[in-house]
Amino acid sequence: MMIKLQAKDIIFGYDSNPILENVNFEIAPSRLVTIVGPNGSGKSTLIKCIDRIVSPQGGSILIDRKDVTKMSRMDVARYLSYVPQSSVRIFPTNVFDTILMGRRPHIGWLGSDGDEEKVWDVLRLLNIERLAMSNFNELSGGQQQKVLIARALVQEAEVMLLDEPTSNLDIWHQLDVMNIIRDVVKKREITAIMALHDLNLASTYSDRIIMMKRGRIVAAGDPTSVITAENIASVYRVEAAVRNLSDRPMIMPLRQIKG
Amino acid sequence: MIRYRAFFHGKTDAGLSRSRRAGKKSGVELAHERFKFIRLFFVLSIAALLVLLTGFIITLGPLNISVADAYSALLARFWPDYFHVETLTSRVVWNIRFPRIVGGIMAGFGLGICGCVMQAVLKNPLASPFTLGITAGAQFGISIAAVIGVSIFGGPYFIIGNAFVCALFCSLFIIALAAIKGATSENLVLAGIAVNYFFTAISQLLKYFASDEQLRLMTNWGMGDLAAFSWANSRLLLAVFVICFPLLLSKSWDLNIMTAGDEAAKSIGVDAEKTRIFIMIVTSLLVATIVCFMGTIAFVGLVAPHMARMVIGGDHRFLIPASGVLGGLVLMSADAVGMNMIAPTIIPTGIMTSIVGVPFFMYLMMKGKRKEFWT
Ligand SMILES: Nc1ncnc2c1ncn2[C@@H]1O[C@H](COP(=O)(O)OP(=O)(O)OP(=O)(O)O)[C@@H](O)[C@H]1O
Ligand SMILES: [Mg+2]
Repeated sequence: MMIKLQAKDIIFGYDSNPILENVNFEIAPSRLVTIVGPNGSGKSTLIKCIDRIVSPQGGSILIDRKDVTKMSRMDVARYLSYVPQSSVRIFPTNVFDTILMGRRPHIGWLGSDGDEEKVWDVLRLLNIERLAMSNFNELSGGQQQKVLIARALVQEAEVMLLDEPTSNLDIWHQLDVMNIIRDVVKKREITAIMALHDLNLASTYSDRIIMMKRGRIVAAGDPTSVITAENIASVYRVEAAVRNLSDRPMIMPLRQIKG
Repeated sequence: MIRYRAFFHGKTDAGLSRSRRAGKKSGVELAHERFKFIRLFFVLSIAALLVLLTGFIITLGPLNISVADAYSALLARFWPDYFHVETLTSRVVWNIRFPRIVGGIMAGFGLGICGCVMQAVLKNPLASPFTLGITAGAQFGISIAAVIGVSIFGGPYFIIGNAFVCALFCSLFIIALAAIKGATSENLVLAGIAVNYFFTAISQLLKYFASDEQLRLMTNWGMGDLAAFSWANSRLLLAVFVICFPLLLSKSWDLNIMTAGDEAAKSIGVDAEKTRIFIMIVTSLLVATIVCFMGTIAFVGLVAPHMARMVIGGDHRFLIPASGVLGGLVLMSADAVGMNMIAPTIIPTGIMTSIVGVPFFMYLMMKGKRKEFWT
């Protein structure tokens, strides 16, 4: 299904401490969008606002002109899936059951073979089938991250939100996960929005990049227009060399800008 | 590239899935099948064990009754044409031994499922009706009801209602406390201990001022143990069970998801706060009713869910019934030991469960320091 996501004037703060100020953007269907910005700039908060994990104090989020802030929780979960940065579980749960939870918006109490089949398919897709019966808590950080991505994939939502999905992955697995997400976006025609720290990874894979600073969007557009030496200097206070590599800007941070 | 294909063409690939189901399964798929089988098998076998143990425990006591006679006596009630026993045996079974066992099973079952769901919604392995002070709240409600006077408002409903309101009050207090940032599992249990002391003190104080009639009510309600259970009050208890058990079981998926944390739960469509409050209301009702009829029974609600989780993992569709049945098993066994170990002296049920439960509780506390339980 083709779906368009719009955020209008999102305002949010923890206890009257403003974090997001009038955030606006619009994302066309079947796009991979990354949100970049310094630590504490509000990337995770924005993602949580979109998924209504926290409720924005103002503004609205529209999916296909339907307002997310007025939907029931279960409907939100049918439209949006979310991959947290990490997750701890107090009680032991195996990987299979952890991923099966993502089917919650679609299944009845008994569950079905079809749902289990979908979990197996995603396990195979992410190449973690052999971990299916392992305890989630005993996996490495990167393996856990893949399991959380798998849980969001079986949720089969129109929009996938990912909070730094590659932060714990080695370079091979970073490319693996990014490729998988890009392919899912294209083939299922869904939208993926992810917070990312690696600017080069963002530049390589994104259709569009949103750059944030202190709760505001300072630049948005295709990688070439956002990943520039000027933007990086003003947003990150880092002097960087930017070179094009097969039409995508690549950056090499050189030194901090002090004062 | 091959591994992508199965996924993206989801529906058209049903054929591929089917061929896999029919033929070659990978090792880990077989392991998963085995796991599902063991899980179901475990629940069924502990249920069977419960029935077997019932027959065995009926035989314990001064009057000699064989296992066969025990079952015959039970079944003769329903099919008098097929089973025959002596009147005396039947009387002892139906009036003395079986009620106590049924009481134990019901109380253990109720406390087991309460502990199980409380641990899930509070994400706290040390949670149980007793350790969080909810039984103490119910107990306090009974004392208050006795002092205000049951005769005014009439009957058991007022006492149970009052116990429920007080238990609920404790539950909401615990929820509020758990919502505070940085409140650890241990903090909640400490709060539970404080609540326990507080309510026990007030209950004692009330006793001090109570008239004889009020005292009689207080001891009749809630201070007893399994000996206080009778067929007359089983009906109300059963009614509460019939309402609460399906309600809790229907929330199985939400409970599974809640153990992953509130944020994850919300993103999968579970309203974490609502579910938590709903679960605590239902458990408060169950706990209050159990305390009214059988008094405070410690630790069963803590131990049973952990035992179940060790064997069958975290799926509450199985975990809730398994915790209940294990709770029943633990309580009826502990009680049978207490009844018969140094007969004719009877050790009260609460003492027996504490003797079993406290070492276990300490073990959990120690393990919790490493932030993992049964892993
Ligand atoms: N639960 C919370 N309560 C209060 N303030 C919070 C909370 N979570 C985040 N904040 C504040 O909101 C601001 C934005 O945080 P956020 O997590 O969105 O940043 P981020 O861009 O994701 O950073 P990072 O790159 O480090 O992940 C920060 O200043 C942070 O201190
Ligand atoms: Mg973040």
